Amino acid sequence: MPMIIVLSAGVIGVLVEAFMPRRYRHVTQVALALVAFVAAFVQILRLAGETELIAVSGSVAIDGPALFLQGAIVVLAFVSVLFFAERKIEAGGNAFAPSASSLPGSEEERILVRDRVLQTEVYPLTMFSVGGMMLFPAANDLLVMFIALEVLSLPLYLLCGMARRRRLLSQEAALKYFLLGAFASAFFLFGAAFVYGYAGSVRLSEIDAALTARVGQEGLLLAGVGLMAVGLLFKIGAVPFHAWTPDVYQGAPTQVTGFMAACTKLAAFGALLRLFYVALGGLRTDWQPMMWAVAIATMVVGIVVALTQTDVKRMLAYSSIAHAGFILTAFVAVDELALSSILFYLATYGIMTLGAFAVVTLVRDAGGEATHLSKWAGLGKRSPILAATFGLFLLAMAGIPLTSGFVGKLTVFNAAFQGGAMPLVIVGVLTSAVAAFFYVRVIVLMFFSEPAAEGPTVAVPSPWTTVGIAVGAAATIVLGILPGPLLDLAENAAVFIR
Amino acid sequence: MTLTNVVTLGLAAQTEGAQEVHEASGLISTTWLLIALPLLGAAVLLLGGRRLDRSGHLIGCAAVIGAFAWAVVLFVDMLSHDAHERAFSVPLWEWFNAGGYEVRLDLLLDQLSIAFVLLITGVGSLIHVYSIGYMEHDERRRRFFGYLNLFVAAMLLLVLAADYLVLFIGWEGVGLASYLLIGFWQYKPSAAIAAKKAFVVNRVGDMGMVLALASMLVVFGSTSFEIVFAGADGAQTGWLNTIGLLLLLAACGKSAQFPLQSWLLDAMEGPTPVSALIHAATMVTAGVYLVVRSAAIYDLAPEARTAVILVGTITLLMGAIIGCAKDDIKKALAGSTMSQIGYMMLAAGLGPAGYAFAIFHLITHGFFKANLFLGAGSVMHGMNDEVNMRRFGALRSAMPATFLTFAVGYLAIIGIPPFAGFFSKDRIIEAAFGDNVLIGLCAMIGAGVTAFYMTRVMLLTFFTSKRWEDDAHPHESPRVMTWPLWALGFLSVAGGLGLLYIGGGIVDWLEPVTGEEHHDLPLPVAVLIALTMTVVVLGAGVAWFMYQRRPVPVQAPAGNPLTVAARKDLYGDAFNEAVLMRPGQYLTRSLVYVENRGVDGAVIGAATAVGGLSARWRRWQTGFVRSYALTMLAGAGLIVVAMLLVRVP
Repeated sequence: MPMIIVLSAGVIGVLVEAFMPRRYRHVTQVALALVAFVAAFVQILRLAGETELIAVSGSVAIDGPALFLQGAIVVLAFVSVLFFAERKIEAGGNAFAPSASSLPGSEEERILVRDRVLQTEVYPLTMFSVGGMMLFPAANDLLVMFIALEVLSLPLYLLCGMARRRRLLSQEAALKYFLLGAFASAFFLFGAAFVYGYAGSVRLSEIDAALTARVGQEGLLLAGVGLMAVGLLFKIGAVPFHAWTPDVYQGAPTQVTGFMAACTKLAAFGALLRLFYVALGGLRTDWQPMMWAVAIATMVVGIVVALTQTDVKRMLAYSSIAHAGFILTAFVAVDELALSSILFYLATYGIMTLGAFAVVTLVRDAGGEATHLSKWAGLGKRSPILAATFGLFLLAMAGIPLTSGFVGKLTVFNAAFQGGAMPLVIVGVLTSAVAAFFYVRVIVLMFFSEPAAEGPTVAVPSPWTTVGIAVGAAATIVLGILPGPLLDLAENAAVFIR
Repeated sequence: MTLTNVVTLGLAAQTEGAQEVHEASGLISTTWLLIALPLLGAAVLLLGGRRLDRSGHLIGCAAVIGAFAWAVVLFVDMLSHDAHERAFSVPLWEWFNAGGYEVRLDLLLDQLSIAFVLLITGVGSLIHVYSIGYMEHDERRRRFFGYLNLFVAAMLLLVLAADYLVLFIGWEGVGLASYLLIGFWQYKPSAAIAAKKAFVVNRVGDMGMVLALASMLVVFGSTSFEIVFAGADGAQTGWLNTIGLLLLLAACGKSAQFPLQSWLLDAMEGPTPVSALIHAATMVTAGVYLVVRSAAIYDLAPEARTAVILVGTITLLMGAIIGCAKDDIKKALAGSTMSQIGYMMLAAGLGPAGYAFAIFHLITHGFFKANLFLGAGSVMHGMNDEVNMRRFGALRSAMPATFLTFAVGYLAIIGIPPFAGFFSKDRIIEAAFGDNVLIGLCAMIGAGVTAFYMTRVMLLTFFTSKRWEDDAHPHESPRVMTWPLWALGFLSVAGGLGLLYIGGGIVDWLEPVTGEEHHDLPLPVAVLIALTMTVVVLGAGVAWFMYQRRPVPVQAPAGNPLTVAARKDLYGDAFNEAVLMRPGQYLTRSLVYVENRGVDGAVIGAATAVGGLSARWRRWQTGFVRSYALTMLAGAGLIVVAMLLVRVP
């Protein structure tokens, strides 16, 4: 099982942390993480060839959507670790504080920086988080789903607080994320309890059976579904549960932001899909109006607020909220077309988001990353390749043809349209048009403005980061021109096992 | 050279008298070389850069002469086939295929297109050779030859296409090349304006072409000749008339017919070989080709045909009248071109009775008009680029070769037997009388006016007294320029007889494509010819009386109202300005106003509103966890309540 590989690699990582001499730790941890991801990916490929099954005494479903998302998560996590391991752009270290527990600006921290101490705990944390993310979309009962949610979230809370620069902002983000995440988890658990009260089981298939049998007490069920939806919508950053996103995305180390934005969204959407399609498909007429409202609010609020952002990371955060809204348009259709379109969209979204945040890590000034938009003016004149790559990711997010974003948007809107959600498609297209404004504004800023007087410099990264970004850009273009194979894959994967 | 593999393309439904089209094999399948050679020449010349400055003109000539040689080879090969098996389709490749609409990039080589190909490449070659001398001192001669080659390639694609859409590529290519060539001396503002004018006026015609293409798609679902012509029988007359009129509009643009004639006179700003190329062998003949090629449509669209006749008649008179009043030798000739193309249009409008004569006149006109233009160029070359005929006079002894060839062209254009123009123009006048006496009379009067203005040009230039500028030293042009003149002069003499009587003549040659038809004439042919000759001699006599017997003033006299109007191109520009340009400007201005106030207002207003909303909503992001948690709680409450409420009813 791929999840076991990743989780045990996390455990081994902890052991390495404890027993390996500090000098070799970083190299060992990175290698361990990469090897584990590759092995997990191989396992996923092997499983994909076999028949789907429900494992672990019924609590884990290994089927098409689960394997597709797990594969995507592992690939994205692999690239994320490459970005984590970047040591060239930050003098004498990586993007993480040498010791997260030391006070920012304290004597202790200065010593650690001077000694070039490297933070290596991030790797086992990442492994645990990825393990949780892989379990999340495969969870076949509510309790496992909750456990997966916590397993993926707790390490992320920590990772958010470990930025080398702007520690206070980072720690504030971590705390906010933790508090609100705990709040949301509570909602989820509460809802799960209600649903258990209704169905007498936490197994998804049995909830479905109870719905068909109409056992009565539907108030309990409906309240439970609403509360569980809150917990999951929080994770995908849907309005009105999005408030954490901009603050956390901004405060967290950018590499972590990329990882979180890409992988968490995949995992959370996987769980949302499984819960609502497998267990609550019979109740769709009841939750569809609510999801319509959430989808519209998410698209509108995400896009409108993104318009006036002045910080690249916050802008990308709102853009990721809006993307969640776009995906939700297809979500309400509840059919295989919707499922496959969402899988495709998630994969392409993950790639471009990860790539865009990676580019952000490279634009720096004396205070670390220069994330204020005004500093990006004229970047295209100083480093055209980097600016062009970022421009490409932005165009893909705006859904311009010949990029993967266009195909993704087309497929989800098509699915929503086929599913009868015409008003959602109209809102989606209109907000996409508005969205193009702030994406293209950055491109205009980069290429058609005079460079800022004390503009940022572009750090020269290690080959690993360069390769990661280049692969992301290439995938964005290739999937825009030749989306066929991945679309077929998503289509074949789009059947849940019940 | 035998055709071993004749594949018959089922075309049984074609209009009567039309022939079957065979798939080409053997030599004929290399028809694409005709286009490829000049196109390659253009590419090499335009991309080659300065390295080719010294040899560029030779490459350009070689490309066109090669194409001509190949056309002759193909022509001989066609002769080896039966008269009714000389139409070949040359499939190249599928261009695109979108939703049931398929366009194949195929060529069609039949009797009509080979006639054009020979004219274009033949006269084109002579003009290329002539240009070597004419453009000798121009720094950008290489580029000039590149454009010339491009022009020839586009024109060849136009006449060889087997699909209206492919034809349209050539059509636009010709438009582009003419723009580049008319404005070749772009440092002269007048040349730049003339080029722009030609382009814009042609755009109007092109719109007709585009709309015709769209109509064909609607009616026939295709733009290929094969399907359109086969389907014309079953189509509604209304649609056929629409398509016919739209194609006529297109033809008017390219062929400078009324009401789109105004660009032609200004186009004289280009170098003289360009004028010869545009007027004789290419460009203006495209409209006539289009009408004749679309015979299957016009045969079934009587109203459209009447419109063609009217346009032709009006233009032939207008052109002739304008030609009478111009003192600029090139503009006088340009008026004459309009007039002669008017004859061709008129003939083409007459249907099967006139198609062949339209082409016949087109070819003879190609010979003698190229001859006249190159002759005029030769005169200008010897007179420091002077174009005002009132500054010429008595040049016959100074440039004898130019004089002799020009005289031959003159006799040909006014239609003195046995020169080329006599045979072709006379046939058109006969056919016009066969159709309608009034039209026939107009054509006959046109012949008289032609005789008048051409005699005037002849007298003012080569006879009368010297009225040269002080620094003029007229001299004969170099041999590279006179040699093409002799060749064209020979064709002007013998072309008409040759085309009419050798090997069955051009009428029989074209018959499988154009069909044949005879009308009863109101008068015997001999009487008609006699009448026409009388009118011609009368016109020439008046000119002789007015210009040879009296001294010619260097300054043009005020003249009568008709002269004044003709000098101003019969108010063609004023008409355009009042009817098209001013309303167009008002329209654009009001649109700009609406755009600024209405559309922009709405867009900017919406953007401002969204921006304001954004700024307000942004304040929700307070940064306080407590308020975030409160929103979440409220949201959760809303969701749960909504879930319950939806269920209750």
